[in-house]
This record gives sequence, C-alpha cells and structure tokens, in this order.
Amino acid sequence: MTLVQILFLLFGLVTLLASLMVVTSPKLVHAAFWLILALAGVAALFILLEATFLAVVQVVVYIGAIAILIIFAVMLTRRVMHDTGPQVNRSWWVALLVSLVLFGGLVLMLAQVPALAGTPAPLMVDQETLLEDLGRALVDADRYVLPFELASVLLMASMIGAIFVARPPSGSEERSGER
Amino acid sequence: MEQWAFVALLLPVALMIAALPMAIQRLIAPRKPNAMKLSTYECGIETVGDTWVQFKVQYYIFALIFVIFDIEAVFLFPWAVAYGKLALYMVLEGVMFILILAAGLVYLWRKGALEWI
Amino acid sequence: MDFNFQDPFTSIGELLRGLLLGWGLAPGLVSLILMLLGALVLAGFAMTLAGVFLTWLDRKLAARIQDRLGPNRVGPFGIFQPIADAIKLITKEDIIPEGAERAIFKLAPMLAVMSAVGIWAVVPFAPRLIGTDLNVGVLYIVAVGAIGTLSIMMGGMASNNKYAMLGAFRTVAQMVAYEIPMVIALLVPTMLAGTMGVGGIVEAQRGGWFIVLAPVATLLFFVSAMAEAGRAPFDLLEAESEIVAGYNVEYSGMKFGMFYVAEFLHGVTIAALTATLFLGGWLGPGAQQFPLLGLVYFAIKTAFVYLVISLIRFSMPRIRIDHLLAFNWKLLTPLALAAVIVTAIADKLAPALGWNRAVVHLTANILLAWATFEALRAYARGIRQRVEVQPAAVETGGAD
Repeated sequence: MTLVQILFLLFGLVTLLASLMVVTSPKLVHAAFWLILALAGVAALFILLEATFLAVVQVVVYIGAIAILIIFAVMLTRRVMHDTGPQVNRSWWVALLVSLVLFGGLVLMLAQVPALAGTPAPLMVDQETLLEDLGRALVDADRYVLPFELASVLLMASMIGAIFVARPPSGSEERSGER
Repeated sequence: MEQWAFVALLLPVALMIAALPMAIQRLIAPRKPNAMKLSTYECGIETVGDTWVQFKVQYYIFALIFVIFDIEAVFLFPWAVAYGKLALYMVLEGVMFILILAAGLVYLWRKGALEWI
Repeated sequence: MDFNFQDPFTSIGELLRGLLLGWGLAPGLVSLILMLLGALVLAGFAMTLAGVFLTWLDRKLAARIQDRLGPNRVGPFGIFQPIADAIKLITKEDIIPEGAERAIFKLAPMLAVMSAVGIWAVVPFAPRLIGTDLNVGVLYIVAVGAIGTLSIMMGGMASNNKYAMLGAFRTVAQMVAYEIPMVIALLVPTMLAGTMGVGGIVEAQRGGWFIVLAPVATLLFFVSAMAEAGRAPFDLLEAESEIVAGYNVEYSGMKFGMFYVAEFLHGVTIAALTATLFLGGWLGPGAQQFPLLGLVYFAIKTAFVYLVISLIRFSMPRIRIDHLLAFNWKLLTPLALAAVIVTAIADKLAPALGWNRAVVHLTANILLAWATFEALRAYARGIRQRVEVQPAAVETGGAD
C-alpha cells in the first residue's frame, strides 16, 4: 500500500462519511457544515489526482462561494434551527435494498471496463506548463473557445434570471421611484 | 504533488497551535457555570423571542452575485497565466468574456439589485 | 560541510538533513521531518509576530496618534503588555452559552487561525526561502482566505445569539463582496508574470516592480484586501458601538484571543502579500547573493505597508454598510474589470507601438485612473445639482 493509496482511502472515507451525515442530519445547519467537509474531502482527492488547479478552484468556488450561498439559502427558510422531524419514513428498507442492488450492478458494469480494472496510468501532462496549456486551450479557435464564451453567456443568463426571480415586487419600485 | 506536502503539514500544525491555548485554558481556568452566565447576551437584558431573525433576501442576492463573479474570475486565471504567449485575437476573446459579464453587472445595477435596503 | 554565511538558510537545511540522514532515517522521512520543522517554525513565528508584537504595536501607535501614551507599565514601553493580556485571557472562565453548537463553536477560532497561517506557506521570504512554491499560489491564497470567511460565518451561527448571527451575515456579505475586486486585481500580476506561482511573480518583477506597471491594480488589491480583512475604515464587523462586537460577542477567553490574533495576522499577511506581489518581495540590490539581505528587504517592505494600513485605520471614520457595498459593487468591481482589460490590451500593444513596456502600462493606467475620476466627478456633480435644485423648489412651494 503506497502512501497515495492510503491517503486516497482516508480522504475518500472522510468524503463518504461527511456526505452520509449531510443527508441524515436532523438539523439543516449541521447538514450545511457536513457538506463543507465533504467538499473539502473532494478537494483533497483532486490534489491526489494531480489536478491542483481544480483543487484550489474547488475550495474557492465551492467552499468559499457555494457553501456560503447554501447556508444563506438555508437561513431564508423558517424553523431552520429546529429539528425537522424524522429523517426516514417507514419504507426505508426498500430504499436501502434498491440502492444496494443498483450499487452492485454499477460496480459489476464498471469492473468490465478495461481501463478501470487496473491502476490508472499517470497523467500525460507536463506539470510545468499545465496551466498555460489550459489557458491556451480555452481561447484556441480549434479547441474550447466556444464553450468558454458560452460559459460567460450562461453566467450572465443566470445572473439576470436570478435577479428577475428574486427582486422585490414592483410595489417597492414605485416607492423608490419617488426619490 | 510533493509541493502540497508542506501545505498538508502546515494546516494541521496551525490548527494545533490554535488549539493549544484553548486546551490550556480548559485546564487552568475556573469553571463555575450558573444560569446567568450561560444565557445568551442581548445588551444586558433578557432575550426576547426566538433566536432567529428575519433574514433579508438581500444577503442571498449578494451571495449569488458573488458566486457568479467568483466563477468568472476563476475562469480567467488560466487565460491570464497563458497571456504571455497568446495572440491578439485570443486576448480579445478573453476581453469579450469579461465584457459579457460586465454587461450582466450593468443590468444588475440598473435593476437595483445592488442596493442594500 | 562548512557553513556558508552567504546563504544561511540552505546551509541550515543541509546541516539538518545531513544530521538526520546520519541517524539512519529514510530520505523520504527526512524530507517529511524537515518540512514539519519548517511548518512549526513558520506557524510559531506567525503566531508570535501577530499575537505578541503586532498587538503591542497597534496599541502604541493608536495611542500616539490619539495623543496619549498607550501601554507603558508592563515592561519597558509596555512591551510585555500582550503577554499580560494573553495570561489574562487564558485564566478567564471558558463560557459556552447554552444552546450553542459546541463543536462548531470551538472549531471556528481554530479555522480562523488556520486560514491566516496557511497563507504564509506560499510567501517567499528570500530567494530560496519559501514554504512551498505552489504553481497555483495566487489562487491558493484566495482559497485559504475563503476558509477564513467561512470560519466567521461558523462562529456567528454557532453562538445561538441573534446579534452574533446578524453580525456574521453582515461580515460575510462584506468579506465576500470585497473578494471579487481582490481576485480580479490579482489577475494583473498573473498576466504580467505569466505564472500563478508567487515565487515566479517575484522573479518577474526584476525588470520593474508591479506597482509601477500596474498602480491601479495595486491600489485595488490593497483596498479590497483591507476591506476583506475587516480593517478600518471597513471594520463595521466589530463595531462595538453598533452590533456589540458582531460575530464574536459570545466568545470569551482564549477562543476570543484566537479570533483576535487571527485578525491581526490577517492584517500583516495582507501587507506581506502586497509587498510580495506588487512591491517586489525580496528583490533589491544585492539580494541574490545574500539571501539574508532579501529577507531584510521583504521585512522592510511589509513593515512599510503595514504602517500605511495602520495609519489609515487610525485616521478615517467608519464606513456605513450600504456605502461599503455600493463602493464595492459600483466602483471597485467595474474598475477591476476595466483594469484587467486595459492591462491585457496594453501589453499586447506595447510591441506594436515600439515603446517601453513599463511606459505603455503606466500610461494606460494613468488614462484609466483619469477616466474613473472624471466619471466620479460627473456623478458627484449630478448629486450636487439634484440637491441644489430641491431647496429652490421647496422655497417656491412654501412661498405662497
């Protein structure tokens, strides 16, 4: 067992346990904080995969922005500090059975893919110029420039959509127009 | 990946170095709890109502705008790293990326989503 | 192995490595132990600097600016005052209010300290003295700073106190808002240096410090970083007169001490980052041959920037939260985006025009600053006209 394998098992276990706690915590606030731990575990897994840029992006965007957004969204609902009732209903064993069967099926299918059967080969990228290649690929006319620009349009659309949905009703607009 | 070994060592060390005075305090500080000391602080008077305040939607809107611009900034970092070796049209594509999002910001401004009321 | 006085840091490293290898340990383990020692020294140095020296400096400076003496009883010039404060805080009773989430309550100050100390891993002190030169250094700094924001949110929410929660939300709203111009302003040194690694950015400043090439970006980063750290005049987060110390109202004893130290450490970290990314870090005459000289230059630049931050802190009134956020979203963010665009275009135009690169960038920045000032003046003129027209209308209205 190499060090990398031990670390992978450790971080994978942490991520799995944290995700389990996210869905089973009775209090929403606890669930939000377990989610942060799960996201941090994923960032550590990215580092083990030598995707260092993705790891810091994961922390910056997911933990630094989206987790805060989720906590704010949780606070927008009422009764957030209270117990939200039992976490399972009466037929939880059916759900457990179905998910185990699905999991077994998926594992069997994936085990037949030759690329995943053994240890994956190391990344074929040069760590020195990784970021530069990524940057150039994002604006290269033959490669990813269209998704790059579409991403910005998508972000703008989400901004406009969110404000359109979330802004105060038009009554308050009349009030602010008096100034 | 070996570069991250130092970080993986520094962060727990920092946590321990912060936990040390807190642990020392638990050992040597007095511990005489009473109901008055344990109650929550509300300017010296008794707490009124539930410990939950009406959450203004403005907080959520600002967090949302922050998420969008954060993702935009993160998208721009590889472009900035490769900047030295890019041709002019590639640089202009990045500039277009920024301008599209700036247009979104102008929309937010005009719609009054940036007010804190 | 003789001690090379010109390069003491590498020599000490080699000495220790030789010592440990001589004891028969595996080379991998030796590297690990050396890194652990380095991490301990770094964390200890950061905490001591922030906790002991900076709090004293802060109080003395504030006192002198406010025409009083400051601490002068405990030791010469009151230099042992922070130690007395630390002893006081440690011997205070550790009160965790009822209904608070105990685990998160205790974790929040530790995360705040971890976030402040973690940034120092990528700061280059001298030519070959850096914790680790990550190739994503700049984004790593942003990431670790984001953990600090999170710790404040955790501290506020775990306190079971209305005011703590309100304070935490406002704090997070402010910190999160000012992170945007900071991150966008960090794009400029990345562009000019062609790498995100902090060591690489310092090396790229041999031809000229980035404060000359990109003064607008420097100012943007400086102001946004100050606001994100919660230093005055942006210190609404801990305004005692307003929301009673905000998110840390329920914290007492060493937990509060850790938040306090983390805040000071964050302040000096910003100074160090400004000095590294925009003022050339350890660069200076003779720094390449004598790394110790590089360390001295770095310390001088950091101290200078920290003094500027402190002076601003003790001279300016606090800014209201709606002004704060309007300033960020309506001025700093568009300005940051414009600065990136201007730098991007100017750097590609420089070879076309045939001028010196620094001159082109400086001109472009001056034009951008002038355009911003004109826009601000037009805006102020608009407000003044509106204000001057209204009283006249009121006069004619009340005349009859």
